[in-house]
Parts: sequence; structure tokens; C-alpha cells
Amino acid sequence: MNVLPLMVALPLGMGFLIPMVSRKNRRTADVLGNLATLSLLIMSLYLFRIGNQIYFMGGWKPPLGINLVLDGLSAFFLLIVNLVAFIVTLYSVDYMEIYTSKLRYYSLFLLMLAGMNGVVLTGDIFNLFVFLEIAVISAYALVGFGTEAEELEASFKYLVLGTVSSVFILLGIGFLYSLTGTLNLADIGSKISGISGGHAFWFVVILFVFGFGLKAALVPFHAWLPDAHPSAPASISAVLSGLLIKALGIYPFLRIFYNIFGFPLLETRFIPQILMFLGGASMLTGALLALVQNDIKRMFAYSSISNIGYIVIAFSLGTPLGIMAALLHTFVHATSKALLFLSAGSLEYRLETRDIKKMGGLMEKMPITGISGDIGFLSLAGIPPLAGFWSKLFIILALLDAGRLGWAIFTILVSVLTLGYYLRMNRYVFFGPLKNNLQRIKESPVFMTASMLILSLITVFLGVILLPHLRSIVLDPAVRTLINGTKYISMVMGG
Amino acid sequence: MEYILSFVLLMIGLYCVATKKNIVKIVIGLNIMEYAINLFLILIGYRRGGIAPIRTPDMSLAYFLRYSVDPLPQALVVTSIVIGFGVLALSVSMAIRIYERYGTFDINEIKRLKG
Repeated sequence: MNVLPLMVALPLGMGFLIPMVSRKNRRTADVLGNLATLSLLIMSLYLFRIGNQIYFMGGWKPPLGINLVLDGLSAFFLLIVNLVAFIVTLYSVDYMEIYTSKLRYYSLFLLMLAGMNGVVLTGDIFNLFVFLEIAVISAYALVGFGTEAEELEASFKYLVLGTVSSVFILLGIGFLYSLTGTLNLADIGSKISGISGGHAFWFVVILFVFGFGLKAALVPFHAWLPDAHPSAPASISAVLSGLLIKALGIYPFLRIFYNIFGFPLLETRFIPQILMFLGGASMLTGALLALVQNDIKRMFAYSSISNIGYIVIAFSLGTPLGIMAALLHTFVHATSKALLFLSAGSLEYRLETRDIKKMGGLMEKMPITGISGDIGFLSLAGIPPLAGFWSKLFIILALLDAGRLGWAIFTILVSVLTLGYYLRMNRYVFFGPLKNNLQRIKESPVFMTASMLILSLITVFLGVILLPHLRSIVLDPAVRTLINGTKYISMVMGG
Repeated sequence: MEYILSFVLLMIGLYCVATKKNIVKIVIGLNIMEYAINLFLILIGYRRGGIAPIRTPDMSLAYFLRYSVDPLPQALVVTSIVIGFGVLALSVSMAIRIYERYGTFDINEIKRLKG
């Protein structure tokens, strides 16, 4: 059976089904939501076994109809998205009890998931825009889910900036259509090579850098992220920081610049150069601002900006090692940052504050939250046996390999800053003397601790045991897809 | 000429979003931007003196290809209008909620978040 359309159809259908069938019993929503994400996770693992595949919607062949394309890169992103989404739904069973409307939460969450899966799978650029809008509109609503004053303010800010960037992406798509007369990504790729020198082509590239750069929160366009990510419920912050900025920001960059525009773009060093500077600015700004934050989730949000910088620097090198490092860091950041946000949510659930100055000594009161928070922080700070160390090492090696010594030293310095702000967080939150008013704090409920434990195990094993296997099964096909560049076109158009 | 006008419209929308202090005006600005893009998409497929892209039996294929406008941008615009409507509905309802919480539409007074 062909499971590709189900990756989009299942969360979309469930998103509307859940609020209809589970009005009487709220447990039905929990069960259905978790079943949906679990089956999506199983399907995304199964997709690794069937290799490259194309699904023609309604049987229309590529230049005419919309098609869903599965290759190494899509399978890689699908695995990350559905893995973190499953753990987050498990976590929400207990966590979302503090909010009033769990049904709508699951509904919006699954719609966002459908949008992300769709963006990653689709082979049509306008379809990509539609799925992107499905994902971000649900994200706007989820950021303001608590409807407190600050949350609404953050959500409105996100909505305004997000809509402006979407408008520019749509303008770019319009230009591409008038240049090539087609909307299919592979078909655009085959027709763009003749006109790729013109002004209109460069205008499209700049529009896409702006549009997708805002979705990925690269530095000059990052203003919405430190407000929006902390304001959402913690489970949603984990998805926004871990997945959304990558599936809607990094993935279109990779797909469009490597597979569709291909060589003309990479041969002129202009766009990679711009992306490297944006990435470097993101790394430094995110790390410096994270150093001074007292709000724990806001600190993690700035750290996300910094980590997006690492990913962008690595993939704009364009070498196989750089792309591998970028994809590995995408995976590591998705799991570790989700873990950090989930433990921050667990702290907020019990303490009802996000100010790290009001916490202290919580390791003995909330051991599982403490350990999983520490594993996430050690991984992202780059402490040896954990996965974050390897991905940062690969990024630095890739920079050295490409002969960019200055950037490599810069990356090492920013890593030291990263370690600095995580140590500061750790000292205030988990260690030090226990405050008197925190004596009666208990560990979080079972579903929250269970999901954090699963995610910490994944983070630990990713670095220690899984890395060689992960590389051969998951990473290499994705790297090969990007290195082969415009082979994507012949795969879609030929099949 | 029409292209320039749609860009002027886009810039008016962007100016409105960037400088206005009232939330409702910002929402209006967003919609002006969206409609500028919709106009632009329609213009891509437009052809002066063209006919609707429906081929009747008495029409030859050559005549149809020569005179009909491109239907695909029109399909895009329909989708884009629906998306724009979704964003509009969400932003207006959010503006109402913000008014309930803050008692004002002025973004200078709606800044409890720092940074």
C-alpha cells in the first residue's frame, strides 16, 4: 500500500475528527491524538525501507498534477518531525490539563503536523506554500493558546511578521511561474538553467532568502521568535523550536537552492556568502542574548536562534561534510531542544514561574526533570559523549575542510558562549540551595516524565551508540540527495 | 503599467504595516499586501482582449490557445484568497481578544514583552 498521501491525510483528517467525536469524554481525544502521531512515526520509519518513491495525486503525471516526492531528504525530515511530534503528544496528555480546551489543542496540533509533513513531501511549489500556510496559521493560534495578554501580543507579532514573509514567498512563486510557466519543482529546475543569470531570477532568490529566512528566524528577521516561542504552551514551544523553524525554514532552503536552482546558484559564491554571514550573525546574537535572560523559556528561544545559525553556516558551505554536519545538527537540535522545552514546561507546571532566579536545588525534588534537562543542556552545549558534541565537531571539521579557519575559530568561540549560558541556567535551576517556598514541590505526572525519559534516552543513545547506524541509514541518503543536486529533476520527471 | 501599480499597492500595504500604530490598521495593511500579490498573480496570466479559458466545441484549438488567458494563476488566486481570509479571520479575532486584555488598539501601549 502507498503510505505517502497518508502522511498528510491522516493528521488532517484526525485534526477535524477529534473535536467531533470526543466532546463527551476528554480521554478519547488523548487516545486518538496519540494513536495518530504514533502511527505517523511508524509510517515514517517504514518509509526508510521503500526508498525513493513518487505519488501522483489523481494520477496526473509531473508537469500537470501535484505530486508527493519521497527521497532521502524528505524521509530524514519526516522522521524528525514525527518522532518529536509523537513524544510531544504523549507529554500533552498530562501537561495540557492546565489549559481549558484540549480538543482544540489536539486539532490545531495535528493541523500543524499535517502542514509540516506536507511541506516536506510535496513536489509542487504552490502546494508547498499552501502547506506552509496551514502550518503557520495553526502555529499563530497555538502561540496565543493561553489567551493571556502577553501570549496574544506575541502571537499577533508573529502573525504580522509571518504574513509579510508569506506574501514575499508568494511573490517569489509568482515570479518563478512567469519565468518558467510551471509550478512543479522538478520542472522549474529543468527550465531555470537557461534564465538563471537574469535580474528576475536573482530577485526571486532574494525574496526566498527573506521569506524562508524569516520562517527560520535568521538574525535580521528573528524578532518574532523570542516572543512567540516562550509564550506558547511548553509542548508547542518544543515543536516550534525543534521542528517548525526547520521544516518551514531550513528544508525549503535546502530543497530549492540545492535541488531546484542547483549549480548556477552554488557556483557564484554570492548567495552562500550571504547565508554564511546571516548564519554567523544568528549564532553570535542568539548566544549573547541568551546569556542575559532570566526567563528560562526565553533563554532556550534565543539558543534556538543560535543553533539555526550553526545549521545555516554548515549547509551553505556546500561540501558533503558540511551538509552532513548540518543535517546531523538539525536532528540533534530537534531532540535536545524539544527535551529542554519539555523540562522547562515541567518546571513551569509545578512551580508556576519561568524565572530562573526563583528556582534552585530542584534536582532532588524533581529528579527526572532535572536529569532530562541536564541531558538536553549537555548535548546542546557540546559535552563529549553526547550527540551535540559530534554535530558541532563535524561543523567545525567541515569549516576547516573548506579552508575557512576564521569561521571555525568563530564557531568554537560561540560554542564556549553556549556552554556559558547553559551552565548559568543549570546553576540557578537544578543546583544550589533549595528555596524554602519550594520544599513541597513534587515530580511531574507520569506521562510528562515518561515522554521526557524517552527523549533523553534517544538523545543519549544518538551520540553513543546510534550514530554510525544513523549515518548509514538516515543521514547518507539525505546527503546524497543534496549532493546530487539536480538529479532530483530527472528522478521526478522520469518516474 | 499594471505591474507597477500592483507593486505600488504592495508598498502601500508594507508602509501601513510598518508605520501604523493601530492594530486594526495593521490588519488592513496586511490585507492590502495580500491583494497586491493576488492582483500580480492575475496579471501574470492576463492577456489584453483575451477570452475566458473555457473551450466551447465550436472553437478551434489554435484560436483557443491564441486568445484565452492563462487559467492557472486564477486557480492560485482563489487558493490565495482563501488563505488570506483565514489569516484575516484569525488576526481580527486576535485583535478583539487583545482589546479585551489591554483596553486599547495602540501598539505603543501593548508591549509587556521585553526585547
